[in-house]
Amino acid sequence: MTKQQANWSPYDNNGGTCVAIAGANYCVIAADTRMSTGYSILTRDYSKICKLADKSVMASSGFQADVRALQKVLAARHLIYQHQHNKQMSCPAMAQLLSNTLYYKRFFPYYAFNVLGGLDNEGKGCVFTYDAVGSYERVGYSSQGSGSTLIMPFLDNQLKSPSPLLLPAKDAVTPLSEPEAIDLVKTCFASATERDIYTGDKLEIVVLNAAGIRSEYMELRKD
Amino acid sequence: MSVSLSDASIYRFLWVYPALQESVERMKPVGKHSLGASGEISDFQEILRYLDELILYDNMWDDGNSLGPKEVHNYLTRVMYNRRNKFNPLWNSLVLGGVKNGQKYLGMVSMIGVHFEDNHVATGFGNHLARPILRDEWHENLSFEDGVKLLEKCMRVLLYRDRSAVNKLQIAKITEEGVTISQPYALKTFWNFAAFQNPTVGAEGSWKVTITGDSLSLPPSPTMGDSSSTVIDYGNRLDI
Repeated sequence: MTKQQANWSPYDNNGGTCVAIAGANYCVIAADTRMSTGYSILTRDYSKICKLADKSVMASSGFQADVRALQKVLAARHLIYQHQHNKQMSCPAMAQLLSNTLYYKRFFPYYAFNVLGGLDNEGKGCVFTYDAVGSYERVGYSSQGSGSTLIMPFLDNQLKSPSPLLLPAKDAVTPLSEPEAIDLVKTCFASATERDIYTGDKLEIVVLNAAGIRSEYMELRKD
Repeated sequence: MSVSLSDASIYRFLWVYPALQESVERMKPVGKHSLGASGEISDFQEILRYLDELILYDNMWDDGNSLGPKEVHNYLTRVMYNRRNKFNPLWNSLVLGGVKNGQKYLGMVSMIGVHFEDNHVATGFGNHLARPILRDEWHENLSFEDGVKLLEKCMRVLLYRDRSAVNKLQIAKITEEGVTISQPYALKTFWNFAAFQNPTVGAEGSWKVTITGDSLSLPPSPTMGDSSSTVIDYGNRLDI
């Protein structure tokens, strides 16, 4: 008698790509708005970006139901933090919380590929990049999701990532200006859309700086 | 499969399981909204029981406020996701539509908790056959009649191309005032294509393959109305 195999999977990949770039006094977080399943598009207008705190914005792609559950858990925890400490969580604190939340489900993971962007306590841009089970690192820029393999090498080239072997460690925060970084992000997505079937429709860009938060949109190819 | 209009929402569902039951109600009013499901009917009935309780408690507050479609959609998403977490999913794709404070809403939840809101949604084959039509022809100012025509167009395509489809369907109209679900009715279809005439012509199939000398001959295939038999000559190739 052969062992019965599961005939359904609790996971699905709803696609999408996320990018974040840290600047000297700003942070750019971007994600496309397409949600797919298999070879079908479910909707062309679904936001993958979630504002967790005043200075922390998370973009996640992967399995949409898990992404949504993760966003809710973090939002609830942030609310409790605000009640207990009477202040907003800093971006590095939120980064640690996200890592712990992901690892909590190490043996039934959130199928979510996250990029957390924001401003640190000194007002400098910071980007944290994660895998599905919470391993994270502070970096100057990152991309996750279905188009990340197309975008990441391009960012490495354009943002001249310093070698991690350098001593003293060189800051990976880009010297580019805010408009230049936004333009770079738009270029990344326009290119990824060409070759990745799960990326496209519309690009949502969120920019965090000393003045606050603002959103921008750009149309992408719909095929 | 559903379409949302400027001040109302419309649903339309195709009924299947002709062999099991005379008719299966796949769409039910839920408070002032309407919920439709594809998949396991028993699981749908259980979901209706959960929603009954939800609406009951909502009404018991008697505060003049009622749960909107967005809230009910969120509730259903949590229910489906939690069952998926316990590896015991409710085997349904749910479509919820409603109107509150003049805002129309149309959402979908899958059995693993994937959910979204859009101007038009579909389940199963509808995603492949109907959504493209809806993407082309849906627009913000569709009237109710035009919306029904659009949905009928999609349903007709599904009727022709989905083998599990049956020609019996209902439409639900949801407005601020409430829900009205139509009586089931059938669509007009056209089957008099030449290729559908004499359907048993090719019934023998490829079983009768005779190899004479260097050529293969097969029984005549149903071609565009001509009655002459065709012998397909494959030459020396017997490996086809």
